[in-house]
Amino acid sequence: MIVFILLFCAFPFLVGVKSYWITVFIFAGIYSLITIGLSLLMGYAGQISLGHAAFFGMGAYTSGLLTTLLNWNPWLALLAALLLTSSAALLIGIPTLRLSGHYLAMATLALGEILVIFFKAEVELTGGPSGFGLIPRLSIFGFVLKRDIEFYFFVWSIVALALVMAMNVIHSRVGRALRSIHGGELAANAMGINTSSYKVQVFVLSAALASLSGSLYAHYVTFVSPTACELKLSVFLVVMVAIGGMHHLWGAIVGTILLTVLPEFLHVFQDFDILAYGLILMIIMIFAPNGLVGALAALIQRLRRRFLAVDSQRRGVI
Amino acid sequence: MGCGLIRADRTPLPQKVEECGTMRNHRIWIIGIALLFVFACGGGDQEPGGAPTQPAETQQAEVQEPIKIGAIFAITGPASFLGEPERNTAMMLAEEINAAGGINGRPIEMLIEDTEGVEDNAVKAVRKLINQEGVCAIIGPSRSGVTMAVVPIMEESEIPLISCAAAEVIVKPVKKWVFKTPQTDSDCVIKIYEHMKTANIEKIAIITGTTGFGDAGRQQLKSIAPTMGITIVADETYGPADTDMTAQLTRIKGTDAQAVVNWSIVAAQSIVPKNMKQLEMDIPLYQSHGFGNIKFVELAGEAAEGILFPAGVLLAVESLPDDHPRKAMLLKYKQDYESKFNANASTFGGHAYDALMLVVDALKAVGDDPAKIRDHIETIKGFHGTAGIFNFSPEDHNGLTKDAFSMITVKNGKFVLFQL
Repeated sequence: MIVFILLFCAFPFLVGVKSYWITVFIFAGIYSLITIGLSLLMGYAGQISLGHAAFFGMGAYTSGLLTTLLNWNPWLALLAALLLTSSAALLIGIPTLRLSGHYLAMATLALGEILVIFFKAEVELTGGPSGFGLIPRLSIFGFVLKRDIEFYFFVWSIVALALVMAMNVIHSRVGRALRSIHGGELAANAMGINTSSYKVQVFVLSAALASLSGSLYAHYVTFVSPTACELKLSVFLVVMVAIGGMHHLWGAIVGTILLTVLPEFLHVFQDFDILAYGLILMIIMIFAPNGLVGALAALIQRLRRRFLAVDSQRRGVI
Repeated sequence: MGCGLIRADRTPLPQKVEECGTMRNHRIWIIGIALLFVFACGGGDQEPGGAPTQPAETQQAEVQEPIKIGAIFAITGPASFLGEPERNTAMMLAEEINAAGGINGRPIEMLIEDTEGVEDNAVKAVRKLINQEGVCAIIGPSRSGVTMAVVPIMEESEIPLISCAAAEVIVKPVKKWVFKTPQTDSDCVIKIYEHMKTANIEKIAIITGTTGFGDAGRQQLKSIAPTMGITIVADETYGPADTDMTAQLTRIKGTDAQAVVNWSIVAAQSIVPKNMKQLEMDIPLYQSHGFGNIKFVELAGEAAEGILFPAGVLLAVESLPDDHPRKAMLLKYKQDYESKFNANASTFGGHAYDALMLVVDALKAVGDDPAKIRDHIETIKGFHGTAGIFNFSPEDHNGLTKDAFSMITVKNGKFVLFQL
């Protein structure tokens, strides 16, 4: 964790404060907030959501509209967006998470589509397919986060907070309950765990994180349109979590950074960059089906085990 | 898994464990090498002068420092039919200019980024071009929404942007550092309505795509109609990925509309004429300037015959009279493009042509200082572009009037100038 913080503090000074890599990493940070929540949902509760772009969009649009049309304070708007998104997630989660199988994925997929249609159709309110701009920037105690470097530190401190919170969730009673659900829902139920309640809780939490991410996006880009929250993003987020490793929270961060940064490197392939991109994802999924962090963890464990085996053999214990 | 099994047997077979481990290691190595390869290639991109987008570097490149011009287009993604001709045009022009000795002896270096038509990619690309590459001006983006997303950055960084997107909001109200080259939606609407007047059409149906372009057109169609004595009796929409508009058109058929206006910029617009033919609707069909790519005609097939739409004369350059002041220039662009890329020239590529030539005009006159380029473009008058004759002013960052549009129709699968 400390290494992580140091690395992220040093990064801007390694690449230069005005470098566009800062911008790339701001987006990585914004998306990391969603993938942390999604990792909890996918890796620990074993549920797939294809609607996190919708929650992201809800956050972005609520923040954007309240601050531009009603001149709300951005922080107040952010809280309102959080509340709205959480209640929406609650409404969807309660009926669908009682069912087993991939009903949540289907329900959230539909939610995403409906929301995008709503954003496109309500021209007077949302600006329709063209979107709307002039969203004010965030300020902390009167200090406006105007430059990229300021927003960089702001976003990643929030990511760090979210990560700490998510880790606490995992290591708590809730986390153990969640893992038991992933291991075997029937068994968990038999042990007296109210599985659907836990699943709803973690779903709402992940939706709230997506909403927060959307609000930050709106205040950073200062412009929102339906293309920012289409189904493509939902799928992309799930891929980020899977590539990084869904059973590890760090996987979410690694996956997000990798998939945000990778396209920037692939520009050299020009027209073939999408092919190269697909190839890399395929290689990772074939050789590291548990994600990059999953593969790394397995490697470390294997090395340790081998070391122990050699060690114990030498002592003649076995 | 194999390793786990061996352990479960509690029969220590060190050799087997070893083998299993090396297999794992092999896989890790392969991933590692693959990634390393990619990163190494990526690193190559950063080397100065090694811009991959500009293959034909002239001799002067070593002598004179090149002038860096940025470009952001939706080269891939749903708006690629805009971005691709724009990218091709920009590359072709840059090569031509450099082959002719550059600008005041300095070659130009086009740095082209792909936005995929998505806002956050455009934000990243613009930051890269401005902060990393230090470009003196940026041309693009292709889409209106994406343009609006990068406007704040341009205003803040004080670098001129010449957008290739059409929406009126880009230049209304005027933004100090932002210009655009495509004709304006409202002028297109006025041109269509004026034409309807001559044909005694008063009641119309509109059908628009739910994209930024389609939506902007819908609003203009609705707001201008009453001022010109036109009544809209049906207002339908369709999604960019829709494959059938029979339902919407059946509703239109049930009204007393005398003509249909189909306003969209994506390929789905070609389905409207097809469906109309199937429904045996023989009222005239008007399209927007978003129809200005012969591919849309090919998609609609025979049903496209007789479609009317306002666009720049570039599309029907062959049918222009020889004394037309811009014929030679349009013909040259069209022929150059078509022989180089083996594809039809479109007005979209033309928008990039105009944007780049405006920047080049400024570079020739005042050098590569961004503020001077901006000031110069604002004073350009009588500039012959593909979209029309541009007359910029501090109040008008588009510089075109409705005269930039001519009514064009489809005849035998080709665009020709409409003559009464």
